Amino acid sequence: MQFIQLVIGGISQGCIYGLIALGFVLIYKATETVSFAQGELMMLGAFCGLAAMTFLGFPFWLAILSTIAAMAVFGVLLERIVIRPILGQPQFSIVMLTIGIGYVARGLITMIPGIGTETHALPVPYKDMVFNAGELVLNAEQLVIIGATATLCLLLFAVFRYSKIGIAMQASSQNQLAAYYMGIPVKRLNGVVWGLAAAVAAVAGLLLSPITFVHANMGFIGLKAFPAAVVGGFGSLPGAIVGGLVIGIVESLSGFYLPEGIKDVAAYVVVLVMLMVKPNGLFGERLRKKV
Amino acid sequence: MRFIFKTDYGQDVKLAKHGGQVFWYGLLMVLLLAAPWLFAEYWLAQLTFVLIYSIVGLGLMLLAGFTGLFSIGHAAFLGVGAYTQAVFVNMGVPFPIALLLAGTLSAAVGVIVGLPALRVKGIYLGIATLSFGFIVVEVLARWESVTGGNSGIHVKKPDLFGLKVDSAEGFYFLCLVIAVLATLGILNLLRSPTGRAFVAIRDSEISAQSMGIHLARYKTLSFSISAALAGIGGALYAHKLTFISPDQFDILQSIDLLLMVVIGGLGSVHGAFLGAIFLISMPQLISLTKDYLPAAVGQAPGLQGLVYGAVLIAFVLFEPLGLYGRWLKVRTYLQLFPFYRRGLFKRQKSFTKSDRLK
Repeated sequence: MQFIQLVIGGISQGCIYGLIALGFVLIYKATETVSFAQGELMMLGAFCGLAAMTFLGFPFWLAILSTIAAMAVFGVLLERIVIRPILGQPQFSIVMLTIGIGYVARGLITMIPGIGTETHALPVPYKDMVFNAGELVLNAEQLVIIGATATLCLLLFAVFRYSKIGIAMQASSQNQLAAYYMGIPVKRLNGVVWGLAAAVAAVAGLLLSPITFVHANMGFIGLKAFPAAVVGGFGSLPGAIVGGLVIGIVESLSGFYLPEGIKDVAAYVVVLVMLMVKPNGLFGERLRKKV
Repeated sequence: MRFIFKTDYGQDVKLAKHGGQVFWYGLLMVLLLAAPWLFAEYWLAQLTFVLIYSIVGLGLMLLAGFTGLFSIGHAAFLGVGAYTQAVFVNMGVPFPIALLLAGTLSAAVGVIVGLPALRVKGIYLGIATLSFGFIVVEVLARWESVTGGNSGIHVKKPDLFGLKVDSAEGFYFLCLVIAVLATLGILNLLRSPTGRAFVAIRDSEISAQSMGIHLARYKTLSFSISAALAGIGGALYAHKLTFISPDQFDILQSIDLLLMVVIGGLGSVHGAFLGAIFLISMPQLISLTKDYLPAAVGQAPGLQGLVYGAVLIAFVLFEPLGLYGRWLKVRTYLQLFPFYRRGLFKRQKSFTKSDRLK
């Protein structure tokens, strides 16, 4: 019973990792760059939700939707203003750029007087609800995380599979130049992808904040989502979620069965092993170029 | 405009290309040697930190700027070096031997981290080094019998076979000697076949491979030299601070180191030094301007992060070659004086080339 309890806790934590990793993978797939600001986008999403719920006094659903929409617009703007000018530069420039964006976001939030340095609770209607199923104790927060992640995954899957824009994204992710020749507006598409990634990050932030509360440093959890993305294979959407689940469950179990301290590094040990054994991840594609 | 007429093959391999360089670097050297008598104690301490960070920066520059491998966990090597030095010096081992051990152990650890580098590239390598950095910090915090855990460890003064270096000036000269040796070492390495191989790997792995460069061997070598320099820097860092704890070597320190080489200018030895000067002087500049800003901005805790991030974004967007690149432009402008064209250093626009195809 305890084992199942731990696994459920791990799954809900893993869903958060998976959602952040989903943001990485979306951006990586479409633009071949890695965003280190994904955790900070999540943090901004959580603060945005907090502002909508407490200061603006929006009802719950309106607050959620407006937060996601606001973050999506923010993502598009971010791409337009700072990412697009260095399109085509070495990957590392963009990594440093997103690290810079993360610093600025964290600095700005911390600078808001009275709010930035405090820890806040997000007032969600399902707070502190607990279900008992046999001996299992299920938190409403955990169930909501799992449910929302599943829904979001289906939605993204449908977008990528059936919609025109999703197929355009797939084309652009394989070869930007060729996609451009085929008439796909690659630059505009990159903007959409950043918007989508920011929206997914906002969802992750809103889901995470009832558990960890809202504070300026909550973005550091994004660093744990890297292992999730790598374990799943960096270019694979289902891989991101599966990787997140693997990391979440390993963490949850190692926190209980292994000595203290292992829990914090379990994710990183898993990813190092993964990189040595199967560098392309569980679902990663293996592409080769013939010279 | 200076024209160098080469009359001798020896001129191609000379470190100083012309008399002007000899003069300016000589002047710099004299200034650095006279620094203890010119500057107050506080500024001398800052200068010592600049030298220490330059040594680490040289290592990271070799790895990131010249071999094209990015390490997002370089503070881990710094930590390994610092703790090795602390433990051995406290056991009574003389400074040079402990320093050698710190460098060697860091290099050995670098080889181990370099192993995944042989199979993965680009961002995967970044994440491997990132993970490794977290693991090292955790080990330093948990291995209490050796490292003293989170409460940290005190480091004794360096001891050069009986000659105690306990003054700030003495330690400054020690750092200066090591920094100069490291710089000369790197400069020599870069004009040797090994250094050329590193640059070839950076520019194209496929063409480097077809020229007969053993990728695995050179990547590991680059990793180990870089880690050794970081370890030596870490050892000096430990002595300078006299007290070290695991949280000084966390991810933020790693990002600071990356920031240093990017802002200094990737792919230039000068960049390591310019970046170190930037990294050390930035907090001072921020605290100087704090008083002139409105209290709501100046006293806010997030100001430093905001400024760092903004500077980083500005450099990546507008000056990808960093401070050294800016200096190159200024110098070219002066050399060409009225004939400098605006597009001289313009980057070509392109789409991202896929890195996933190998």
